Amino acid sequence: METTNNQFSTALHNKRRSAKAFRNKKERTRYWVLLIVLLSIGLLSSLGLLLYNNPVPVDSPSFIPVTKRRIAAVIAMAIAVICHSLSTVAFQSVTNNKIITPSLLGFESLYGAIQTSTIYFFGATALVNFSGPEAFGIQVTLMVIMSLILYGWLLSGKYGNLQLMLLVGIIIGSGLGSVSTFMRRVLAPSEFDILQARLFGSVNNADPEYFPIVIPLVIIVAVLLFLFSRKLNVLSLGRDVASTLGTSHRASIIYTLILVAILMSISTALIGPLTFFGFLVATLTYQAAPTYDHRFLFPMSLAIGFAVLTTAYFVMTHVVSAQGVVSVIIELVGGIIFLIVILRKRKL
Amino acid sequence: MIKINDIKKRYTDSVEIGPLNIEIPRAGLTSLIGPNGAGKSTTLLMIGRLLDIDEGNITVADLDVSSTKSKDLAKIITILRQENHFVTRLTVRQLVGFGRFPYSKGNLNKKDEEIISKYIDFLKLTELENRYLDELSGGQRQRAYVAMVLCQETEYVLLDEPLNNLDVARSVQMMDHLRQAANEFGRTIVTVMHDINFAAKYSDRICAMKDGKIAAYGTVDEIMDPEILTDIFETEIQTIDGPYGKVAIY
Amino acid sequence: MSHKDMGGIGRDSQSLLYNHNKIWTKPFILAVIAVFILGTISLFTGVYDIRGQEDGMEMFFTTRIPRTVALILTGAAMAMSGLVMQLITQNRFVEPTTTGTMEWAGLGLLCVYLLVPSPSLMLRMAGAIVFSFMGTMIFFMFLRRVELKSSLIVPIIGLMLGAVISAVATFVGLLFQMTQNIESWFIGSFASVQAGRYEYLWIIVIICILIFLLANRLTLAGLGEDIATSLGVNYNLLVLIATGLISLAVGIVAAVIGYLPFLGLIVPNIVSLFRGDDLRSNLPWVCVIGMCTITICDIISRTIIMPFEISVSVILGTVGAIVFISLLLRQRRPRRIR
Repeated sequence: METTNNQFSTALHNKRRSAKAFRNKKERTRYWVLLIVLLSIGLLSSLGLLLYNNPVPVDSPSFIPVTKRRIAAVIAMAIAVICHSLSTVAFQSVTNNKIITPSLLGFESLYGAIQTSTIYFFGATALVNFSGPEAFGIQVTLMVIMSLILYGWLLSGKYGNLQLMLLVGIIIGSGLGSVSTFMRRVLAPSEFDILQARLFGSVNNADPEYFPIVIPLVIIVAVLLFLFSRKLNVLSLGRDVASTLGTSHRASIIYTLILVAILMSISTALIGPLTFFGFLVATLTYQAAPTYDHRFLFPMSLAIGFAVLTTAYFVMTHVVSAQGVVSVIIELVGGIIFLIVILRKRKL
Repeated sequence: MIKINDIKKRYTDSVEIGPLNIEIPRAGLTSLIGPNGAGKSTTLLMIGRLLDIDEGNITVADLDVSSTKSKDLAKIITILRQENHFVTRLTVRQLVGFGRFPYSKGNLNKKDEEIISKYIDFLKLTELENRYLDELSGGQRQRAYVAMVLCQETEYVLLDEPLNNLDVARSVQMMDHLRQAANEFGRTIVTVMHDINFAAKYSDRICAMKDGKIAAYGTVDEIMDPEILTDIFETEIQTIDGPYGKVAIY
Repeated sequence: MSHKDMGGIGRDSQSLLYNHNKIWTKPFILAVIAVFILGTISLFTGVYDIRGQEDGMEMFFTTRIPRTVALILTGAAMAMSGLVMQLITQNRFVEPTTTGTMEWAGLGLLCVYLLVPSPSLMLRMAGAIVFSFMGTMIFFMFLRRVELKSSLIVPIIGLMLGAVISAVATFVGLLFQMTQNIESWFIGSFASVQAGRYEYLWIIVIICILIFLLANRLTLAGLGEDIATSLGVNYNLLVLIATGLISLAVGIVAAVIGYLPFLGLIVPNIVSLFRGDDLRSNLPWVCVIGMCTITICDIISRTIIMPFEISVSVILGTVGAIVFISLLLRQRRPRRIR
């Protein structure tokens, strides 16, 4: 076959043609400009969050301890952004579905159920003792194992079906939610308070104690996802095409889902549920980056997520002083964009 | 050579495909024909490893499709189904470029780009190569996918109803391309076809299926026989000699 | 309960088509008897000893009877709404919670609380009905526009939509400090049902009769606009009426009881498991099984942590999720590929 190749290509080949990630130079330039602008917005807002209204000057020795809390919040935001942006983009690609977010897949309610059943079966002391990096690690491991069993099983066998997996995931999420509600009803008020504090984390009370374990873990998973970009490009073409191009579709999906599960577990455990943030970021990413290539989609999603989250917190904290509603507002905007996207679709 | 040995696929207790035994030699174009539900697509999908085999085995170029690594098979055999999920921000050229994935793993070099250009030109998509897939008509998109599987440069190419949704002119054009790919590049092409006359005009061999079994297999002349066709489709079918060979009349 | 007349009307007009569907068969009579038995159990379940105390009879009439009646009416309403939605969309996983209708109703309630300081039950119901009508119409319109790869996509989108509406409701609630209203609404419960607070539920009887009358035409509507129109059915009008009836039922239930997930999904599906897929002739069965299901769930919710009581929506949510998943997995049979 080699000989025929050459005969043909010499006759028809045109040097300037290529199948790179962007159609032309203009789109590529636009991408990089946008990426840099968004990153600067994100950095400016986080600087603002650190320094604005900070009573201590930057050069004072007591600057670091005073700013520590704020730094922790910004780090928590960055972690949330990495978790939600990357996992949503990767998840939507492997499921070939641009309207689903992994947060609806029961990871959050699984976290709630683990916490609630710990206190329900072993009492409040157990839950109080069940903290610190080890407990965190155990919890994340538990969630990953459970999602591995569930999705591995749902996708396996000759009847494996992606849509079915999604729907079962969502229903399990709502079912676990009900079970947790039930167990919570039975708790004593004091136990309930402890649980409540644990379940409704937010960026501002993220526990810095977890950072030493969380940050390396998030970075590892993020790097793994980046390294998986080219496979994700193929997987986004659908099961049949991906298989015929030589990827083992099921194994790749399960691999991606495990990474997604780790990210979602970390995010939920650290800062609590954020249902539509990932959806919001992913949708904006597809608009901002005119490419299919995950090597470019991932950085854009991180830039957008970081810019959105930090700016929202900065504006809400220092301009409107309504800090408590940030996540709710992000959810609202994400939800409304979801509605718009859905109503514009012709085919699903 | 594609060898199918005693394969079976069970759907329910009453619906079963097989046992099938058939050998498809190298080079040329083989068409699978038969009534709806005869098991044509199922057979094709099993050869293309998109569907698990319940019993028996299939070898392609002496490799067992169910045990050989998928990425090794991707250099030997490729399959295209009728309907494909398409990504919105993907150009024709980028799609065709995915055909090089088994070799380049996504890192396209200069030679890959040359091969991509070759198949884009071959399927007359040169003008459209920078269009996004959702900006194309159904027929153009179909051609882009065919260009992708050809770009994979596999010895064996399986196509599930490549003429689906194409009008007569587009169908003729597509079959001309496939015929040319078989002749000039020496590919072994297996297609599922609905139209007997298209199959007769362009194929070297025809395999007729009925009720999950192989009803007849042979050269076009052997199969284009009124008795055989009438029996397979359970409809009165005559054949007459047309300018390009036998034509079925029903 | 006037099943006899209802069934009779349906049968007369369609006697040629449906003469094999005798309603009053032996199993059906048994099912009706089961409803009565469960109702009686429900009447005598509770912490308050109605036979021992002096005001026992009074309590019996102000709380126990209303509660049991409410259960039976609600069960029928939710189960039938689910069935009607499934008839129209020809999708067996569609029901008020998987289309966001329930959440829309909650948002409607919230908006009424916002506009009127302490709204009457009538006003709250109106809000819930209007909003659930809007929400359901949006969903149906969306379904007609869009081409679907898989029937499983429909509930996925509906559940996402429900989550969006909940997010909107949470936002509104937080903005006007009414989070508690939302939370209490999401814990649908029959605990507060008593004489004077549930009577609107009787409207459900009328809705049920209307649905029985429309059932045949709804089946035709399920075949799609083109086929229905060519068979002489005014498709748009019919869908509008059906959505109106569903919204009426869901809105009333939402205002009086609260959030009741999955009832409309599990009941019609369980009925078609043992009776086959003729949704139309399953209608009376769906009614009766709906009554049984919710009464059982309510009895469980009242007894499981005696002397306290948990909300019936928690039980329904748990049981519903389990049944839903097993239904989905039953579907996981190999499908034939041509």
